[in-house]
Parts: sequence; structure tokens; C-alpha cells
Amino acid sequence: MTAQPRPFAQGLDIKRGAVDMTHGSGGRAMAQLIAELFQRFLDNDLLRQGNDQALFQPPPGRLVMSTDGHVISPLFFPGGDIGCLSVHGTINDVAMAGARPLYLAAGFILEEGFPLADLARIVESMARAANEAGVPVVTGDTKVVERGKADGLFITTTGLGVVPAGIDISGNRARPGDAILLSGTLGDHGVAVMSKRENLGFGTEILSDTAALHDLVAAMVAAVPDIHCLRDPTRGGFATTLNEFARQSGVGMRVRETQIPVREAVAAACELLGLDPLYVANEGKLIAICPSERAETLLATMRAHPLGRDAAIVGEVVADPHQFVRMETAFGGERVVDWLTGEPLPRIC
Amino acid sequence: MKFIDEFRDRDLARGLATAIAQEAARDRSYRLMEFCGGHTHAIFRYGVQDLMPAQVRFVHGPGCPVCVLPTARLDLAIAMTERHGLTLCTYADLMRVPASNRHSLLKAKAAGADIRMVYSTQDALAIARANPGRQVVFFAIGFETTTPPTAVALKQARAEGLGNFSVFCNHVLTPPAMRAILETAGPEGIAIDGILGPSHVSTVIGSAPYDFVPRDFGKPLVIAGFEPLDVMQATLMLIRQINAGRAEVENQYSRAVTPEGNRKAQALMAEVLTLRDTFEWRGLGFLPDSAQRLNEAFADFDAEQRFRVAVPPSCEVKGCECPAVLRGIKEPADCRLFGTVCTPDNPMGSCMVSSEGACAAYWSYGRFRDAA
Repeated sequence: MTAQPRPFAQGLDIKRGAVDMTHGSGGRAMAQLIAELFQRFLDNDLLRQGNDQALFQPPPGRLVMSTDGHVISPLFFPGGDIGCLSVHGTINDVAMAGARPLYLAAGFILEEGFPLADLARIVESMARAANEAGVPVVTGDTKVVERGKADGLFITTTGLGVVPAGIDISGNRARPGDAILLSGTLGDHGVAVMSKRENLGFGTEILSDTAALHDLVAAMVAAVPDIHCLRDPTRGGFATTLNEFARQSGVGMRVRETQIPVREAVAAACELLGLDPLYVANEGKLIAICPSERAETLLATMRAHPLGRDAAIVGEVVADPHQFVRMETAFGGERVVDWLTGEPLPRIC
Repeated sequence: MKFIDEFRDRDLARGLATAIAQEAARDRSYRLMEFCGGHTHAIFRYGVQDLMPAQVRFVHGPGCPVCVLPTARLDLAIAMTERHGLTLCTYADLMRVPASNRHSLLKAKAAGADIRMVYSTQDALAIARANPGRQVVFFAIGFETTTPPTAVALKQARAEGLGNFSVFCNHVLTPPAMRAILETAGPEGIAIDGILGPSHVSTVIGSAPYDFVPRDFGKPLVIAGFEPLDVMQATLMLIRQINAGRAEVENQYSRAVTPEGNRKAQALMAEVLTLRDTFEWRGLGFLPDSAQRLNEAFADFDAEQRFRVAVPPSCEVKGCECPAVLRGIKEPADCRLFGTVCTPDNPMGSCMVSSEGACAAYWSYGRFRDAA
């Protein structure tokens, strides 16, 4: 009986080791990193094929595809980390077409010297997020760049999904009279990241809302197949997403500040930092636009789901050649809610 | 939010709006200059103008630190950073302000200059401590509100012997700017019936320094907080003074402002800074005794002395009406660049950059009024 050849003389030292240039060279060290770290956590049938691509038969229907690069700083933040964020972010981009996400691909750019312990924590978090979502990472890529050429690591994920028949969701379908719905509180992610980065010791810890929204979306499109628009307000926040819809559809929007949910702790932190929650990033919220007569049904469906508990109807689409998003302020006045200008919070996702 | 929501209450706002509508005479106009950008921002963000009768108009003043910084000073900061290879720490608002030749701190950073955005002078000190081999300069701007923290940082730096830290001082004073506005008001300037006085600045300098406004110019001034209800209540107080033919300094922001101000902060500033003979303001030109520099005792920490550079005369964008907007002579929409080539994404003048700038506030929050 011959012993199975040991693939690597010594196991990867995940506790104390660090990424070095050989981990990206294409040689044995890279193979070991993939086997003992990436495959170990992300394991699934398609990844186990061990090829440079995953081979599968897509289900019938229209396919959607989306990609998202993640460069967030810090890598670990209250409520999440770059690993789960990179899974949620792409699942959400796929889901916002009303699609059921099928598979993910992940590209890693690692900086020389990055601790393997941190990498393992991040990949494990990705695996957990992918498992919970039921969307496996089926193929990937790893590159290493010299120290100083990347900020720890960057992760790009690409997602593939299938859209059920009869669903036609697009940013250009908002029509005057449609209702605007929001799935929950604004600004949690951006403020959570910011609080960590600036070492702001807030009395109550604010957690990122990072979450995969495809299950919520599935319930929504089942209840109201004629949803016109769906989008997750990430960078640029609620305000920017509404402006995108207004431009794509050639309409205006009216929203009411009193109906927009914002956690008190987030509102207070924004006040302190000079930010407007309408522009702060979210990673587990969506905005939906649907015909007004279906709005109550959609709202009830959203509220019945844990990720839509705080959902609200926040305004309506109006005819406006200027495509303004206007808001009735809580104070009783009115103002424009413009596109985001500049960069209030860099590297947020 | 406790201590915040109370000052943004819709019902109280309605009550004040009703009182203002009742008391404002219909046969005259009330042109009230809100001196500070913080007021401008509150007026636009909360839609305060919508709650005012037509005869009550707000005229936007020059109290936006980023807006009044002259291009020449920005050119100097960029040249200093690029030529001496130093680390420049700045508040984020300044990054996008146009310098000469369409340059800016943001573009200089992209081209490789080490420019870092900080939240406070303490961040700049921390950067200096962490990088003993680098010269770290804090780009100090602002009215009396931001001056005391600069003074504290300078005292700390000296106490710690932090030889790689220095300050590029551009701190300016409120009363001389207010005097300049009132002196040019009239035939070539603008008619102002009263002034909403500074909020945070007054917590430092107190209310007494504004006594010259009623005395020399016969205009009422009401110090107002930055919350929208503060602005409305102060507006009502101004209307009452105007109706009664009174011209006095009154204090709506009594929860924070006293006649003498914050003596400790004043002493700190006096210990570290001294008056400049003259200083250039965007829009207002050179004003005597209107700005501060480091005094002789702290001259070692003065970046202007440590890193001498010569820059060519600054050049402004042709057609930019920031100077007239800052003096309240023109409305943002009167500028032909406004909203055409000049927007917050592509600012040609400083008033379009800061959220406290009249043009940015008008564009971001209020432009639907003209479109209607």
C-alpha cells in the first residue's frame, strides 16, 4: 500500500503567517493557499471541479449578471466585514432585477504582508454569507501585489441570476402616480463604518445593515409582479438612487421627510459628523417603485419579512420635466434632494 | 434627538410663521442678511423661506469660511505643499475650492501631493507625531469659532517640542467683515434692514462686539442659533425691532451666547495670535485688522515663515459672481455661470463648494423655485 502523497510539506500557518509574493505566483504556494484557505471555507461541488472556470447548466429564463469591487476601509466594521459585504453586495445587485441569484465568482487582490489570520476570517465570513444566502462562490482568482500597492485586500465578486417570467424591473419604468417604498432605516452602514474609522465612541453601537435582500425581493415580486423599479441605495444613499430613477424614467419625485425611517442613533451621529442620512450608504435596504394601487399590498409583504420590518411608503412619482426630487421637510418647508456631490465618506464598500 | 428635535418642531414653526405673517407690514419689505453660512444652510435645508411672507427676504452674507478665502491663499498652500514636499492637513471643504488655473487641493492630491483631510487640529497633531521625519502643516481657516482649537494645537506642539508641525494661518474676524458689508451697503451695495448675527462665532466673542452695528449704521442685529426655529424666532425679533423703529443688538441664542463671550477662548487666541495689518477677503477685498497670524512667540510654528514660496498673482474665473454674492448684492441665479458651467460637481467659484455657500445651498436645495 502506497501512502497518499502529502500535497504540501507543511500546512499553511494561518495563525501567524502572512501573504507573500509566492502566494500569487501561480506555483505551489498559491495552490496551497487556495486549497487550505479558499477551498476549505468556500467548498462546494462546482468549486471542487478545480478548473479555471465553473461548468454548469443554467436554468431556463432570462439571466442577469452583475459585478462589484469592494475596497472598504476598515476591513472589519461593526456588523460585518469586507467578506460578507462582498457577498451581500453582489447578491443584492442581481436581486434588484427581481432575479433569483444562482452563483458568485470572487477575485481577490491581496497585499503582500496581509495576515493570513485576517484573510481566513474574511473568507470564512464570505462562506457563511454565501451559505446563508444559498448562493455559492463557484470560481475565483487570487493575485498578490507588493506591500503598499493595495490596502490589505480588495475583493471583486460577480453574480449570476435568473429572472422569473413576467417580471420587468428597470430604473426607467417609474411613472407619475407610482408609489415609492423604502424597506427600512437609512444610513446604518455608512455610520457604522465611519464610527469605526474615526474612533468616534458613540454611546450606542451602530451596526452595519449589510444583508442579502434576494429573499425579501422574491417575496415582493411574488406578491406584486408589476414592481416597476428596485434598487439598493448603497453609495450616495437614498437621495442618489431616487435621482437615478428620476433621470432614467424622465419623471420627478416627491418624498416626505417625516415618513423616512432613520434610527435615532444614526440621526445623532450624522448631526455630529455633518452628514445627511439621505446620502449615507446602506447595504441591506432597497427602494421599490410600484403602481399606487399595489402599494399597500407591497408594503404589507415587505413588513412581513424580517429585512423589511420598518418598511414605509415615503412618497410618490410625479410628472416633472426638470426631474427634481423634492422633499417636504419635517419642518414644514420644501427643498430639492439633489445628487450627491463630492465624497463625504470615501471607501465605504 | 434630544436638544435638536425641539429646535426643528413643525408646530412651533407654524406658530412662528403665523406671528411673522401677522407682524410683518404688507406695505414694506424686510431684507434681512443672515451673516453666516450656517444660517444659509438651515434656511435652505429646512425650507424656512417657504414659511415666510413674500415681503420678508433673506439676503445671504459672507460668513462662510471657505467662500471668503481668497484664491491667492489657496495658491500659496498648494505651492508650499508641492515645492517643499510636505504633508498638508486640511478640512475637507477646502479640497474642491477652485485655485488659479483650474487647480485645487483635490487635483494636487491626485497629482501626488500629500494632502490629508482631517476633522480637527488634533488629527493633524497626531499625523505630525506619527511621522517625525515629515513636515506637517495644518491649513487653518475660519472665523473665531475655529480659531481657539488652532491656538490649542499650537500650544500643544510647543509643549511637546513637535518641531515638524506648523500652521498656515488664515483665521479671520467677523466684526470687520460685517463693517465692510454695511459700509458698502447703500447706493452701490444692497439695502439691508437688519442682520441675523453669528451663532457659533458669538459664543466665543460674545454679543458686545456687534454694538457698532446699531451705533454706527442704525441697523438692528439679532444673534441667532443655527437651528431653523432659531432663525425664525430671530427673524420675528428683527421684524419687531424694525416695526418699532428700534436698532439694538439682541440675543436670540441666549442658551449659548453671553455679552462677554468665552473669556478662556479669547485668552487662548490672544496668547498665540496677533492681528494682521490687512488681509484679503474674497468679495470684500483687503480689509484692515480683519485677520490673524501667529505672534512672535510662536513664529517658529508659522508655516508661512518656515516654507517661503512666491506665487504669481492669482487669477479668478471670468464671469464668476462670487464677490457680489458674498456681499449680498447679487443672488446666485444672477450669475451667468450658475447652473450652467458652475455646479457643485464642477465649481467655478468658492460659493458653489461649501454646503454653507449661498450658491451651493441654492443649487442643492432651492432651485426648483425658479423652475416652477
